[in-house]
This record gives sequence, structure tokens and C-alpha cells, in this order.
Amino acid sequence: MKIVVLVKQVPDSGAERNLRPDDNTVDRSSANNVINEMDEYAIEEALRLQEAHGGEVTILTMGPERASESIRKALSMGPDGAVHVLDNALSGTDALGTSRVLAAALQRINPDVVLCGAESTDAGGQVLPHMLAERLGIAALTGARKLTVEGSQLTIERQTEEGYEVVTAATPAVVSVWDTINEPRYPSFKGIMAAKKKPVETLSLADLGVSAEQVGWTGALTGVASHSKRPPRSAGQKVADSGEGGVQLVEFLTNEKFV
Amino acid sequence: MNSAVSPFELLQLDGLLSDEERQIQAVVRQLMDRRVRGDVGHWYDSGHAPVRDLANEFGKLGLLGMHLTGYGCAGSSAVAYGLACMELEAADSGVRSLVSVQGSLAMYAIWRYGTEEQKQQWLPGMAAGQLIGCFGLTEPDHGSDPASMATRARRDGDDWILHGGKMWITNAPLADVAVVWARAEEGVRGFLVPMSTPGVTAREIKQKLSLRASSTGEIVLDEVRLPASAQLPEAQGLKAPLSCLTEARYGIVWGSLGAARDCFDTAVAYSQSRIQFGKPIASFQLTQAKLANMALELQKGFLLALHLGRAADDGRLTPEMVSAGKLNNVREAIKIARECRTILGANGISGEYSVLRHANNLESVLTYEGTSEIHQLVLGQKLTGIAAFS
Repeated sequence: MKIVVLVKQVPDSGAERNLRPDDNTVDRSSANNVINEMDEYAIEEALRLQEAHGGEVTILTMGPERASESIRKALSMGPDGAVHVLDNALSGTDALGTSRVLAAALQRINPDVVLCGAESTDAGGQVLPHMLAERLGIAALTGARKLTVEGSQLTIERQTEEGYEVVTAATPAVVSVWDTINEPRYPSFKGIMAAKKKPVETLSLADLGVSAEQVGWTGALTGVASHSKRPPRSAGQKVADSGEGGVQLVEFLTNEKFV
Repeated sequence: MNSAVSPFELLQLDGLLSDEERQIQAVVRQLMDRRVRGDVGHWYDSGHAPVRDLANEFGKLGLLGMHLTGYGCAGSSAVAYGLACMELEAADSGVRSLVSVQGSLAMYAIWRYGTEEQKQQWLPGMAAGQLIGCFGLTEPDHGSDPASMATRARRDGDDWILHGGKMWITNAPLADVAVVWARAEEGVRGFLVPMSTPGVTAREIKQKLSLRASSTGEIVLDEVRLPASAQLPEAQGLKAPLSCLTEARYGIVWGSLGAARDCFDTAVAYSQSRIQFGKPIASFQLTQAKLANMALELQKGFLLALHLGRAADDGRLTPEMVSAGKLNNVREAIKIARECRTILGANGISGEYSVLRHANNLESVLTYEGTSEIHQLVLGQKLTGIAAFS
């Protein structure tokens, strides 16, 4: 089984993140950049599929030069190799453009299963798996909390607010996963040391047959018009307990749909 | 308040490490955060750590014998091994001791001095953490002077008979195998002693006030019969066990820094939030002077450790260099731990904070693997050409 995992390098969501004032894009220069958290679950799921069914796991990343750090980290978990789409013209590319580029790369690799995180911690659009499936004309199994494979049949439990749905499709397919699906492994020292020797193929837009006009700022169909800091938190609501405190708390939680 | 930087960020020492080294360090730190840091205070309190569980988890990561090659070992650089020791000991010296004894003493002795059969039999299981090893050199009456050891090995046909006792042996009470050093007619020899061998008993040493999250024992060898195949054939004389100690000492050069760093980080955070005389105690000049001095020693210690690590990776490391590293870094680490305790005031003696636990642990670290005094004498001999001991 040929598995591709989409890995995006994002600013660390645990640290302060900013948008750049000039072009409203994520400031990646000052940020500590890491593998998008949900993608680690996709990598883990790919490795488990490989352990159960054989085949190979390839990381696919679109991003600037520094994204190669995240590629090496992803490889240290165990995948066999990686493809890095790297081109200066990609700066400013929106989700549609990204899906165009990744679809072109996926057509080259021709995998049975494409795994990815259900969302990124920077843009958080959750649209890419659907766009990719549409461009490639294959099924999209999104928001999985469980994935099973029997022959060419994929079955997921699709996580919803109320519970889950069982969805099936035949390979090839795009499967996006939530962090409920598994517990990602730590890279072992052997994995870390082996990662630097694994093949990473770097592809340009020309290699993929995508023109620079279709991507980047010029090709973007969406854009961020402006941005502002979230207003400071309001003071909240104090509940003074005079025998009714518990009831008031439950009412608050119910109104806010926490319970 | 201006953003605080860690002492290693101050001189950008992080930039001296490769991506791979940083990644190995980060993975160990995460493992300590997830598995050790939250519980180690309780282990220390109760005098019992889940050593086998830890060994299994450490084995999965590749921590055990990580700097050795083959037989399931990771084959990392000496610098990467040092960084791992630093992160382990930032959690607790006892946890680092577990890894040092397993990898640098027991596994290294087999890897360096054992037969192919001995390596195949023991190393893969020890690397995986399924088998625990210990290292018996020190005796109740023979510490700094191991050459006078009382444990004897004598031949009986093809077999060996071992008789004697070993003291202060980390992991002895739960070990599967001990590397035991004994004096034979032809000199000091090393033996692989399965702890289940008739005549071998191990007793846990209780009432320790240091390294309480580590298992320490006494081994009694009462006419223990071993086959000829139990002997480590390449180990000829006291140089063999001393070379193992050099390996372990190297890890301590880094590890002690980790304990000191954890104390330092704790003290900085405490000083920023502890209000006295209407302001954080971090704003007092005496506190800042303490922090500045400690940060200097941490950075100097790091540079020393890294220098030794790079030398080891180039094959240039000598035992005297390791003595210099151990002498300096442990001595400074225990000073830093005690100084940090003063910043935490009364809270410094509480188990809620790590500083006095580290300081108490470092009392052991100061003594084991060659006391500070012995390392001073090693350097003294090198500098003057005169041995003050022997």
C-alpha cells in the first residue's frame, strides 16, 4: 500500500503568533515552527497502516526552505521518504492554490491513501482534504477518529458533535484525521539518526507542470483583507453561592452547551 | 518585565548543537515531562521508583546504551548521549543513574570486553530495557581504592568460584545480571553474574537521604560457581572497570548540569513571583547577582561538557579530561542547587520544589564514579607528574 501523508509546517500554537502587518499573512520568521499537530496523528496512522499492511509511507510538504526541518522531524518518526514542493512563487498561495499544487504532486506519486490532519493550527480552514479529493476525483473520508482497511475498502468513524458516522470508500482516497484517532509515537533515536539519510525529493512548480500565475499572490482567489488582535477577555460572570450556586453553574454550562 | 531568557540562550550556546542533537535532547525532555517530572517527587518521598517500567520506556526510545553500536543500540554521538543525560538528570539524578549504570557501566563492559556470545545474549535485551544490568566494583571497605578489593575469583576445574561482596550498587536489587569485578590469581577480572545464580543475594540499602528515586543495593557473593563462559575475556586488570567508569563519568559531566539547570529555572520562576517588601524578589540586587553568577557557571559547564563531547566524538577524549569535567560540573552543580535553595527560602526545603531533592542527589553524584578529591588527585598527578595515591 502506498501512503502519502500531508505535513504542514506551522508556527507553534503554544507560543504567541502574529500576522504580518504588511500583507496579513502568518509571521513565520519570528515564530518557532513545528509540524502541524494534527498531522502527527496522520503520520502515526500511516505508520500503523504500513505495519499492518506493508507498503511505503511518503511525506508530502509544500513550504519554504525551512519546512525541511519539519520534514526531517516527520521522517524521524519512521516514514520512508519525502517530497518537498519548494518554489519562491508559492509565497502567498491560498487554499485553492495549495490544493492545485499538492494534487499535482499526488498525481506524480499516485498513492492508494492520502492521510492528513483534519485542520491546521494556523489557518484552520479544514477545506484542503475536500479540495484535493475533488481535484483528484477520489473519495474524501474526513474527520476520522478511527480508520480500518480491508483490501481496497477504507472505513472510517467520522467524528461529529453528537457521536460518529461510519463512512466507507474504495481506494484511492483522502482521509483526514482528528487527534482522537491514536497517540503519535515519539521518534526513537535510531529514527532521528536515520532521518537524515532518507531521500527527500525537492520539486519546483515547473516539475509539477503548474504555472506561477495559478499560485502565489497572483493566483489567490481568497485573501485576508485586514486583521486585528482579539479584544481582551471580558470579566466573566461571578456566581456567589447562597445555596443555589451548583444549579447556577449547571445552568451556565448548559446554556454554553458545555454539557 | 522584560522577557527572561534561559542561561543557555544568553550566549546562544544552543547554536553549537546540530539539528539532530537538538531533536534528541527535545525528545528526552518531552519524555521526562510526560513520564517522570510529575511523579518523581513522590518516588523520592516513598524511596521507590518504577525502574522496570522506566527501563522499558527508555529502551523503546533508544536511551539505553545509546552511544554503543550494534546489538540493538542506537549508535548516537557522545554529544547526543550527553544531552540525553542532561535532560534525564534535569528530572532526577536517580533516573539518570539508571541510564548511566545500564548503558555506560553494564552494557559498555559487555560491549567492550565481552565475547560475541555474551554480547548476543545480553545486549539486545538490555538495550530494549527488558533486562536490567548492574556493575559491582565498589565494596564495603574499598571505595576510592578498588585495587585493594577483597572479592576473590578462583578456578575450580573450568569453572570460576566468586566470593566476596559489593556495596552501593545501583539497580542491584532488581537486576537480571551483574558485571562483577574480582581479584583472581592473574589480576582483576570481570564476570557476568546472572543474579539468579545460587549464592548471589542482593539487599536493598534503606535509609538513603539521597538518590531516593533510584534503587541501590549490596551484593553478597557466597562461593558463587560460574562457568568459564561467564568471564569477560578482554578485561585484563583494573584498567577495564576504570574505563567503564570513565564512560559513566562522562554522562555525569552533562547530567549534573541538568540538575543545576532545573534548580536555576525553578529559582528564576520563584524569584519572579515571590513578593517581599512589595516587589518580586527577582528585583533585588542580591538575587540578581546570585542568578547572574549561577548562569555563568551553567554556561561554562555546558561549554566544558560540549568540549569533552566533541573530543569523544573525535576519539581524543582522555580520562583526565573527563576527571576535569566531573570535578568542575558536579562541584558547581551542587553549589548552584544550594544557592537556588536560598532563593526559595523556606519553600526550598519542600518537596513541592525540586531544588533540595537535586541538592541531596548531587551529594551522591559528588562521591560516586570517583570522588571530587580523587579527581583532584588525578589532575594533580597529571600536572605534577607525582601520584599522591597508589
